[in-house]
Amino acid sequence: MAAGGDTLLRVEHLTMRFGGLIAIDDLSFEAHKGEITALIGPNGAGKTTVFNCITGFYKPHTGRIGLCHSEPALWSELDALTGSGRRSIKKPGGALFQLERMPDFLVADEARVARTFQNIRLFPGMTALENLLVAQHNRLMLASGYTLLGIFGIPSYRAAERAAIDKARDWLDRIGLLARADDPAGDLPYGDQRRLEIARAMCTDPVLLCLDEPAAGLNPRESADLNKLLLSIRSECAISILLIEHDMSVVMEISDRVVVLDYGVKIADGTPAQIRSDTKVIAAYLGVADQDVAKVEAEVGL
Amino acid sequence: MDGATPSWRLDSVRVFKDAGLTALIAFGLLLPLVGFQTVTDVRNVLILQTRFPLLLALTAAVGIGRLAYSLSISPWLERRATRPVAAAPPTRFDWWAIAGRWFIPFAIGFVVVYPMIILAMNGRSGAVTWIDNFGIQILIYVMLGWGLNIVVGLAGLLDLGYVAFYAVGAYSYALLAKTFGFSFWILLPLAGCLSSFWGLLLGFPVLRLRGDYLAIVTLAFGEIIRMVLINWVALTNGYAGISGIPRPTFFGVPFNADDDGFAATFGLEFFPIYRTVFLYYLILALALLTAFVTVRLRRLPVGRAWEALREDEIACRSLGINTTNTKLTAFAIGAMFAGFAGSFFAARQGFISPESFTFLESATILAIVVLGGMGSQIGVAIAAIAMIGGTEILRKLDFLKDIFGPDFDPTQYRMLLFGLGMVVMMIWRPRGLITRRTPSVFLKERKSIAPDLVKEGLVKEGSG
Repeated sequence: MAAGGDTLLRVEHLTMRFGGLIAIDDLSFEAHKGEITALIGPNGAGKTTVFNCITGFYKPHTGRIGLCHSEPALWSELDALTGSGRRSIKKPGGALFQLERMPDFLVADEARVARTFQNIRLFPGMTALENLLVAQHNRLMLASGYTLLGIFGIPSYRAAERAAIDKARDWLDRIGLLARADDPAGDLPYGDQRRLEIARAMCTDPVLLCLDEPAAGLNPRESADLNKLLLSIRSECAISILLIEHDMSVVMEISDRVVVLDYGVKIADGTPAQIRSDTKVIAAYLGVADQDVAKVEAEVGL
Repeated sequence: MDGATPSWRLDSVRVFKDAGLTALIAFGLLLPLVGFQTVTDVRNVLILQTRFPLLLALTAAVGIGRLAYSLSISPWLERRATRPVAAAPPTRFDWWAIAGRWFIPFAIGFVVVYPMIILAMNGRSGAVTWIDNFGIQILIYVMLGWGLNIVVGLAGLLDLGYVAFYAVGAYSYALLAKTFGFSFWILLPLAGCLSSFWGLLLGFPVLRLRGDYLAIVTLAFGEIIRMVLINWVALTNGYAGISGIPRPTFFGVPFNADDDGFAATFGLEFFPIYRTVFLYYLILALALLTAFVTVRLRRLPVGRAWEALREDEIACRSLGINTTNTKLTAFAIGAMFAGFAGSFFAARQGFISPESFTFLESATILAIVVLGGMGSQIGVAIAAIAMIGGTEILRKLDFLKDIFGPDFDPTQYRMLLFGLGMVVMMIWRPRGLITRRTPSVFLKERKSIAPDLVKEGLVKEGSG
């Protein structure tokens, strides 16, 4: 699937400062529907900060983050939305959101952006199945009549809960953890916890899945399995994936598009093949020979 | 064996030194506490008396106890720790499973027939204290423990001011019943609503706090409520409290000796025990309602969200859970049950004053929850029985007066015994009596979850 899909996420002139440190400096990029976009860069480049801005955990100082559900024509209204001061425009055919205006839980609930964390954040004392049910909280909450009807055990809630369990069972089957459904998440091996966290994010029915270093700490075989899982999620669930990753075997193999950050600045944006031969990227990752430093610095703009 | 003897001798020297040191510390501590006593003599003059024989006896007891511990118990503990884990668990587990399955029906059956057993044993006049002091008193605390368990055990929000909601419930009932003459059955839900309103009010400002900080603010809230009750004399009558609170009726039939009273209506001879038995079943029903609702809530999305919140708040937000609302519902529902218990308390006592709602009450309820094992309803019930029943039993130990003299009052040692119990618990079961978490849902098999995986609200999180 080459570039050219509809734009799903548009990050424009994003800047985030922590005191005197500029973590992200005027960053703009796009992610397309049905594509895997990788965000790479050396340690401290600001990748996770970008994620935290997109998912509402941080409020960026300047810039806007637009996300469009199913109706690309709505993009033309983004400026109107920005001017109106509202969070979103909802039309029967789709919806347009300005994520930096929304609190984190609404980014997940309404704009349907799911995420995983660099240091795994499962609920360790709850079973794998319970973890996946918590992810379906809002739908179940509605079915239980905001708890009031659920206390009396109305049948429609029981049906909704059965459906939620079936969905969780499907995902457990997909990530190969069906046999361990009733074991606490904290007891699972590291690689399984990573996959369970991805399954939990998928149970929220996202349109955009943000994965923060999903391959960290995995061995080569587990990484290969992860690649397969991510590709199958992209093709079967028709969702987009935004990926932070250091493992180049994952990035180069599955990404449709790669954005490279260094010191909060975007230094390259293109297909994996383009990125691989980009001199700025090579310089950022490997450094350059002494006599070229001045030239490269001028080029990078430092 | 040559090397063993000197090392044993060295060990015994160490043991005696240790016991001596312990006795010395005990002596130092007990000298001001026990060694001296102030008494007022016949001329009403305060004089200092010494109690050195008692002091020496206690010091010797501590020293000998320490010696016995080092010589017998600690080697046994070491052997136990080094003993390989035997293949016993399967049979033991089965035994636990059977006990676990039959424990709850048996326990509920027992509390239902408890008044009959007491009546049969003690007769209608002797049974009042047993049903009132043991039955009703314990059940109030069981209910409060279960209510606080929602806030602390499930949602992981450490609340040190829980008694404030109990007070709101009690004063709501007392004031509304006295002023407007509403009946108990109208005011019970109303008191619950008012308490949960105050729960929300407390919840709003403390939403961002966790762990220790939350504990401090809730502690302050509890004191604020008590201070208002003391100082707003026009409304609450201050320290003097409110007396003559209407008693609950048997669906409109009062429990008194009149012609339209309960005994006369049902053609019975008048006894105060009828009211006590009625109150017993009332608080039993309220406590069982609390338990039933909690069990149901745990299996609903809101209950799972509470537990998820206890485990990891940031992950909850990333899954689209509104953590603000989730915390507020925990506060409100926990407070509601305290309000029910409070209005029952006011109706049972007939008199309330701010003295009943001190910080010590909050601490007792929290101790019940922590000792029972946070999140475990059975554990909380057992802890309530042990703590409140234990206090009541101390009042019954009259035979101790024959040993220690007529001045001896066992209830004076209540706090000492609590402290001892706490220390023992912290050594043996630091996370409470029942610590394993039961999953709310399962695919094939309900496996209980080891306590070390489950987070506790009391622990301030290091990360995030």
